[in-house]
Amino acid sequence: MVDVTKADRLASGQGSAFADTLDRFRRSSEFVIMPILALIVSGVLFSIFLLALGKSPADFFSLVWRGGFGTSFSWQNTLVRASPLIFTALCVAIPARLGLVIIGGEGALVLGGFAAAAIAIPMVPWAPAPLLLPVMALAAIVAGGIWIGFVGALRHYRGVNETIASLLLFYIAVSILNFFVEGALRDPSDPNKPSTMPIGRDNMIGAIPGTDVHWGLVFGIVLCILLYLLMNRTTFGFAARITGGNLRAAQAQGLPVGKLMVISCAIAGACAGLAGFFEVTAIHGKANASLIAGYGFTGILVSFLARHNPLVIVPVAIFLGGIAASGGLVQRRMDLPDATVLVLQGLIFVVLLVSETFYGRLPFFRSKGDL
Amino acid sequence: MSKFELNRRSLLKTSAAGLLGLSAAGLPRMASAAGLTVGIVYVGPRDDFGWNQAHAVAAAALKEVPGVTVVEEENVPETIAVQKSMESMINLDGAELIFATSFGYYKPFVLDLAAKYPDVQFRHAAPLWTDADPKNAGSYFGYLDQAHYIDGVAAGLSTTTNKLGFVAAKPIGTVLRNINSFLLGAKKVNPNATVQVIFTGEWSMPVREAEAANALVDAGCDVLTCHVDGPKVVIETAEARGIKCCGHNASQAPLAPKGFITGAEYKWATIYKMFANDLTEGKTLPNFTGGGFDLDFVQSTPYGAGATEAAIAAADEARVAVKAGKPIFTGPINKQDGTPLLAAGASLDNYDPSLDQTDYLIEGVIGSIT
Repeated sequence: MVDVTKADRLASGQGSAFADTLDRFRRSSEFVIMPILALIVSGVLFSIFLLALGKSPADFFSLVWRGGFGTSFSWQNTLVRASPLIFTALCVAIPARLGLVIIGGEGALVLGGFAAAAIAIPMVPWAPAPLLLPVMALAAIVAGGIWIGFVGALRHYRGVNETIASLLLFYIAVSILNFFVEGALRDPSDPNKPSTMPIGRDNMIGAIPGTDVHWGLVFGIVLCILLYLLMNRTTFGFAARITGGNLRAAQAQGLPVGKLMVISCAIAGACAGLAGFFEVTAIHGKANASLIAGYGFTGILVSFLARHNPLVIVPVAIFLGGIAASGGLVQRRMDLPDATVLVLQGLIFVVLLVSETFYGRLPFFRSKGDL
Repeated sequence: MSKFELNRRSLLKTSAAGLLGLSAAGLPRMASAAGLTVGIVYVGPRDDFGWNQAHAVAAAALKEVPGVTVVEEENVPETIAVQKSMESMINLDGAELIFATSFGYYKPFVLDLAAKYPDVQFRHAAPLWTDADPKNAGSYFGYLDQAHYIDGVAAGLSTTTNKLGFVAAKPIGTVLRNINSFLLGAKKVNPNATVQVIFTGEWSMPVREAEAANALVDAGCDVLTCHVDGPKVVIETAEARGIKCCGHNASQAPLAPKGFITGAEYKWATIYKMFANDLTEGKTLPNFTGGGFDLDFVQSTPYGAGATEAAIAAADEARVAVKAGKPIFTGPINKQDGTPLLAAGASLDNYDPSLDQTDYLIEGVIGSIT
């Protein structure tokens, strides 16, 4: 039967390049239309939720628009919030290509930020910013890389579940931060909020001219492009994707699966570590408990929504950053609790995951002859 | 494959725009035309029975003032998010006075914004402002140790074991001062009273707070109080274990209908209304405002069922005295390690600057800072 229909299709399609193109377009449009449908469905579900609370969905969506994207201030607000999400989403996306689910990026962020601030302490008195900042960035990369790289190693060499390991390591990372920040490395001039010594205003990373968005956003976008190229245009990326597709097959092919896992996890951790670096150098100027702001966990959502594609991470992070940015306006104007936008985020996440199961099952997106 | 993904990238942009742009209907606008808009930012939920609720209660009182519009945002973390929330209140709501109510909001966020928006007044709820900071920023604070002292007086007459329990967050100046004042209150009426303290290490760690509260009860304490962001767990644990308790930050009276004695509460409404009136009348706001019972910045929670008549009488009397300026720290007082803090007959004014730098516990407190 397969043969017959395929033959039919070939016969009917012969000489009609236009029909072929149309067909291909329809098939590929699945990847565009499905997420749009999912967003619309979650929008409708959320509207029902709002109506149940007696609030107007129209007001809500206009406020989200205004608070997140409607004015130049809103855009800057959105981009500032999107920036750390880009880095932490990469911490999920890269290992995900190998089939690893890493959810402890927050730990690498915390340690990366702490390592950057800690290495700065002896350097601040003498080092100029052009020397200090790269050293701090390197410290953050190394700390984050080792942290999540260790998760990859545990997985490969000891068979420890990487999801649980990375999550539990987050708590250890927080304890390490608290131990030093409330102990040996505490700034004695700040008695009420334990922090490391500040790196000083002059050493901080400034904003992109004309905005208050710090340079972390640009670095994040560049990093996404680089990692996209790494995962899609190099043998390393190819081997990593094969490992993710079928571990046994990859091993049978003689691919260095363990090495791939550890390196990918280390890259992932380095990304999250950089998020911590930018939090310290562009926002706080020091390391303290404010580093634990949940960016690592929101990054999981971003990566899954972007289906672990580094290029898609950027717009998704901006999208979620915009929702977060508008959360305040929604609270203030509609008297809705802070959790409202979290409900919206959660609905989008669930509906998108459900929509994944429909890929390849809706007749519209299939060629006539396909099974 | 990569081609599809590139498509998806553009789709997420467009679909986001499509979804959010569904409606162009009129936005709910702020009501005020000419009045004053005040923005208040909280680090946690407004109904936490603690620090945030104390501010939210004051915000509700401020809303009653004619011509004043209040915009509030809760659960704003001490990151760039708070800077953007305050900026959004200024840009989108027209706020002219901002109350930043969490400690970590001040540096760098309030300072940065105060420099950026010189026409907006920023006030922060901790004594951090210095002369070097922008003049449109400032600090307001309540000296809650005065109210903890009153709690101590009532607690000292409510204990039969002479052991009072104190669940504390971090061993920092303000917390240590509250513990010391609580013990001094208790000792005033009951020289045998001791205070056993357990530090949880975090401002909000309900599990550890419950463990600490239970451990204190097991150790024989029969009155509990605390200094954590949200005292809910400690008060509920005390009530469940059948002992008495004193509150902190906001009113926890509803949580302990049987054992609640009284509590140390902020009265931020006094400051909020004062500042709003000053601005409406075109006056300059003070950069540094602090006070206790004398300025009506702190208050005692109305007595609960756990307060005996003797405790009520003694606490009322002590409050009148403190309000009139009677010192809490009156010698002889030794530090925990036996070194003298104040000789017999010496005393410290209730607003003595050295008390802001408290880094010790006094004799009679059981438990260690480190």
